[in-house]
Amino acid sequence: MTKTMPLWEVFIRPRNGLSHKHVGSLHASDETMAINAARDVYTRRGEGTSIWVVPSALITASDPIKAEENFEPSQDKIYRHPTFYDIPEDIGHM
Amino acid sequence: MSPNLAKALLELADDNLILGHRLSELCGHAPMLEEDLALPNMGLDLIGTARTLYTYACEIEDKNRTEDDLAFLRNEREFVNCLLVERPNTDFAHTILKQLYFSTFMESYWTAALSSKDEIIMGIAGKAKKEMAYHIRHSGEWVIRLGDGTTESNKRICDAVTALHIYTNELFINSPNTEFFHKNNILPDRASLKHGWEQAINSIFKQGLIPYPKDNNELIGGRSGLHGEELGHLLASMQSVHRTYPGAKW
Repeated sequence: MTKTMPLWEVFIRPRNGLSHKHVGSLHASDETMAINAARDVYTRRGEGTSIWVVPSALITASDPIKAEENFEPSQDKIYRHPTFYDIPEDIGHM
Repeated sequence: MSPNLAKALLELADDNLILGHRLSELCGHAPMLEEDLALPNMGLDLIGTARTLYTYACEIEDKNRTEDDLAFLRNEREFVNCLLVERPNTDFAHTILKQLYFSTFMESYWTAALSSKDEIIMGIAGKAKKEMAYHIRHSGEWVIRLGDGTTESNKRICDAVTALHIYTNELFINSPNTEFFHKNNILPDRASLKHGWEQAINSIFKQGLIPYPKDNNELIGGRSGLHGEELGHLLASMQSVHRTYPGAKW
């Protein structure tokens, strides 16, 4: 199955102006079949206006074992969040 | 015979309902998850079209019948679908080839119906044509891959061609019920769609290395209510709930 029907990751753009979002994966023999299958599996309720499919094998992912060294160093750097500015009241929502 | 548009529409509606029901039989039984969603999806397109056609036919005949009466309370001999659509699913090759044969025909039928003098038929055609275009794409890509796939898949699709091709000619025969309406530009002339259909199927078969059948044998009878025994089984299953609990709603 994995040889003749490799795995594909599916990205759907819900509306013009928004970006494609990962929605799941599926098996298909090639890119044409993957687009068809993505349409059938992931856009049945009007979820999208555009579909991307990418062979899962082509995705390079970060190593879960390195999660600590990758992500923890940013946790104590709260000054990177834009929460230290006083916004004048009459500006309203930014 | 006085022209009766309701009777003519019934042929069209029955084709769509019966094939739609055949596809629904695969819900939970398709060979892979992707097809398990795709095939009943396509079934819903067809059943949706059938419903609109039945409702319009009921309105025209004015006998106080509803779409449910037409779908669930007629017996085998009263169904006027073509034989192709009632053929059993058998295996994936049969299912997908049947879909290609039918949707290729219906896509050209609805395209022609876009210039119908009847506005309701024109409206139904506009929606159904897009659905058929996708059915062709989905089933056509599969037929090519089954033909040009493995020895086993090639054998399966060629067996399906042998089994199903004899039912295709019936698609192009105008019936006594439809004759008047295609002559008056209300429904398309089925016979005029044959050449385009053969070219489209031939092109897909070529890409899939599938020999196009040479003989012109045909099996017909559906339009006059003469069906294979498989239709009886299909109706028994499709109508059982409505016949057991008349008027049931959920």
